[in-house]
Amino acid sequence: MPKTIVQEFTKGLWEELPPFRLVLGLCPVLGVTTSMENGLGMGIATTFVLFGSNFLVSMLRSIIPQKVRIACFIIIIAAFVTIVELLMQAYAYPLYLKLGVFIPLIVVNCIVLGRAEAFAYKNKVSYSIADGLGIGIGFTLSLGALGAVRELIGNGSVTVWGDVSYNLLTAFPSYQPFSFMVQAPGAFICLGLMLCVINAVGD
Amino acid sequence: MNDMIKMVVVLTVLSSVAGGVLAAVNKGTASQIEAQQLTFVKGPAIKAILAGSSIDPIVNRFKIADGETEQSFFVGKFDGKANTVAFEGFGKGFGGDIGVMVGVNIEDDKLVGAAVTVHTETPGLGAKAKDDPGLVSQFKGLSVTDPVGVTKDGGQITAISGATITSRAVCDAVVQAMNSYQKMKPQIQEEIQKVGK
Repeated sequence: MPKTIVQEFTKGLWEELPPFRLVLGLCPVLGVTTSMENGLGMGIATTFVLFGSNFLVSMLRSIIPQKVRIACFIIIIAAFVTIVELLMQAYAYPLYLKLGVFIPLIVVNCIVLGRAEAFAYKNKVSYSIADGLGIGIGFTLSLGALGAVRELIGNGSVTVWGDVSYNLLTAFPSYQPFSFMVQAPGAFICLGLMLCVINAVGD
Repeated sequence: MNDMIKMVVVLTVLSSVAGGVLAAVNKGTASQIEAQQLTFVKGPAIKAILAGSSIDPIVNRFKIADGETEQSFFVGKFDGKANTVAFEGFGKGFGGDIGVMVGVNIEDDKLVGAAVTVHTETPGLGAKAKDDPGLVSQFKGLSVTDPVGVTKDGGQITAISGATITSRAVCDAVVQAMNSYQKMKPQIQEEIQKVGK
């Protein structure tokens, strides 16, 4: 049964939620989620790239030759990633400093290439845009959630965005921040636990 | 055969268009990026080096053309005399260019300080060059004509352990800055006179 545009969009939010349901694109998931703000910033950058690459790949799908399609996808994706990198440097420099090398690494993020290959190359432009945005927003929310949990446990406080923040220590002054959670091994453990919860909630 | 030509044409056109768009975006954002770097990266480095200056070095800056590029100099005023300039040199690090801001007193040609500005080094290893003052503080007091190098290469700078390439790049950046300082000293003295007034 063919899906509607809305279904293509919403599948990215739960059914095919990238890091948790597909378990794809784990490098940035583990690398940048030391805080909620980093996770959301990375997610938004990835969403922009997904949107742009899905749109262009889908639009050019009839003229991109089958044999060199991967090379064409990479050119398109790399161009969008570079645009994001420049825009972030120009308008969100502190975030750019924190995300560092993970921004150029979006080029090799398998979610982006995966959506271009598995979806946009075979579907209409409108569906591809819905798919790209859905997967991107799902990715952003996942990174944000993972970042929030790690920051809350590891730091005792969460900065949602800008000045909006929540400090656990004001409610529970005796809480000791568990800094293991914001380090690399904590990322794996936290991701594992969240996967566990999401699988338990299930379909 | 036809297929082959199509592949070449599509790839060529796609790459050129992507290149063109990126060049345009790069040009469009260049001045904004420079302003952001000045606020978030160079600003703190300059303030750290020229701490105690009676004038704001970021406002009192001038540019000198060096070949095709332009070098910015930031002026600090101490004891009523505009006698210190801060400017940036670059070295090739492990993950890309490393920028090092150095401050030089033009009266005795000695370094008053150094600080890493931009870098793309590995967090926890090379990135310590920026966060840990141990490396850059060693440059303080050196003369601009002194040879600079890490101890492994027979120099006097103790490298960050596990980050020799980064430490070497920081030294290269300082050497480059000192070389351009010696080359441009007449112009620097000329420009700094205007600021001093």
